[in-house]
Amino acid sequence: MHKYVIKRLIMLIPVIIGVSFLVFFIMSLAPGDTARTILGEDAPIEAIEALNEELGLNDPVLIRYGRYMLGLAHGDLGTSYKSGRSVFSEVMSRFPDTLKLAFWGMVFAIVLSIPIGIISATKQYSLMDSISMVFALLGVATPNFWLGLMLIIGFSLHLRWFPSGGSDGWRALVLPVITLGTGCMANITRTTRSSMLEVIRQDYIRTAKAKGVGNRSVIYKHALKNALIPVVTVIGLQFGSLLGGAVLTETVFSWPGIGTYLVNSIKAKDTPAVLGCVIIFSVCFSIVNLCVDILYAYIDPRIKSKYK
Amino acid sequence: MENKKAKKRSMAAEVWQRLVKNKMAMVGLAIIILLALAAIFADVIADYDTKVVAQHISDRLQGPSAQHWFGTDEFGRDIFARMIHGSRVSLVVGLISVSVSLIAGGTLGAFAGYYGGRVDNVIMRIMDIFLAVPSILLAITIVAALGTNLVNVMLAIGISGTPGFARIVRAAVMSVKDQEFVEASKAIGASNATIIFREIIPNCMAPIIVQATLSVAGAILSTASLSFIGLGVQPPDPEWGAMLSSGRDFLRDAVHLTLFPGLAIVVTILALNLLGDGLRDALDPRLKQ
Repeated sequence: MHKYVIKRLIMLIPVIIGVSFLVFFIMSLAPGDTARTILGEDAPIEAIEALNEELGLNDPVLIRYGRYMLGLAHGDLGTSYKSGRSVFSEVMSRFPDTLKLAFWGMVFAIVLSIPIGIISATKQYSLMDSISMVFALLGVATPNFWLGLMLIIGFSLHLRWFPSGGSDGWRALVLPVITLGTGCMANITRTTRSSMLEVIRQDYIRTAKAKGVGNRSVIYKHALKNALIPVVTVIGLQFGSLLGGAVLTETVFSWPGIGTYLVNSIKAKDTPAVLGCVIIFSVCFSIVNLCVDILYAYIDPRIKSKYK
Repeated sequence: MENKKAKKRSMAAEVWQRLVKNKMAMVGLAIIILLALAAIFADVIADYDTKVVAQHISDRLQGPSAQHWFGTDEFGRDIFARMIHGSRVSLVVGLISVSVSLIAGGTLGAFAGYYGGRVDNVIMRIMDIFLAVPSILLAITIVAALGTNLVNVMLAIGISGTPGFARIVRAAVMSVKDQEFVEASKAIGASNATIIFREIIPNCMAPIIVQATLSVAGAILSTASLSFIGLGVQPPDPEWGAMLSSGRDFLRDAVHLTLFPGLAIVVTILALNLLGDGLRDALDPRLKQ
């Protein structure tokens, strides 16, 4: 088992190098003169050229990338053009807020979706099944930024139950978490339902029932464990959309996380900040995928036995 | 030849018959046809210059009425007219960006699946790197780098959707490449390109069609998301996400500014998802639970 974890950890390194190169290369395609962006349109040409030279922007992309990676290995994501501060420290100061939002968003999605999915599958075609499937379909189709705005109108502006922005206290967390988690919840509900439906029709479930095992025990001990593998896959994949969704949710609720920082940096054409944010998001996503893969091994004995 | 045509026709008819029986898919299809008609005849329904972009400040922020079905925005422009023209943007961006993903991802996936070995390894490891960046973030990065205009938005969404298609086409190609009809083609000396694009691809269209339908929904959502954060369609052009974004400043007094464009996005994505799910069941009835 340790061998499997170490192998997957080693495989993370080329992915991080590849992702950083991809994002660095895309950002290097940006038209316009970075030094001019920093110094302003009226800056003298000599000053622009001097700054370009100082920032190493006259070097080829590969050289610049090599330098960037060297810095990245030392935890240096460059310096923000806008604030003049280290991008790493700027991103890290916002990281806990984004993590808090993503974590509770995922908890909200999992805690609601798995029980709803199980009930839907075990009571297929019932009223409860129909209602939950309609909600799941609507949840998948609703853009989270629009849902956020609707929640603000209802619960913030009219009922005044929760604040419409900021990150102070648990009340400020409620609407952003619902906004961020709803799409994931809908997807996980659909997957749990279809996976459970497939499993409860298997022969071993029929055998368990024939042996007189209680309904609850059949569902939670026999069926759910086997139905969980595709659900875990979807949870891992959903984490990517959760991170993407965090950018929009943070914008709607003025949440002081990496997403808001990313959007503001794009507007300010602050390339190192944009690069830093996307790399941090992608590394997080890769780590979550790694955790999902390791979790598979624990859930699925077939994978576990391969590495014993 | 005649037999082949007849077989194709009967297969399509069979799929259509199964699809027609699925009420939800038919509802989805009807909504999509309506939207397509609205997009095609947008200029007939509402004049672009006078109703969509021209400002009428005296009519600003009016609620829904007989004259303005969905009310007016902060510049007095008719929201219904802007939504109708916005549907054109959404559908065009959705279709073109999915075509980009389909052509790029499909070709890469087909080569990876057909040739296998080193070609497969190189292509799929590159795709893995693309997949490691959440798709909307990849699209945001591309638009931030290339600049905000409609072509770049389509390109960005198209590129971010490429790895998904590559994976699906690769898996589909791998499932049929060892079948007898492929061997027969090889035996009569057909080129690799002919075998891939004329023999293999037409025989694994089912998952590709389903993925394409669901991807159009994803692309429309991504377009709206990019516009919402100011990276998509720029004012005064109408786009649902951009309309939502500009309505944010009037949440308290003019809900209709955000309500209707948002509903348009929800209904469109819902319709495409219903059709996509229906197509999946119709193309592969074994999957239907």
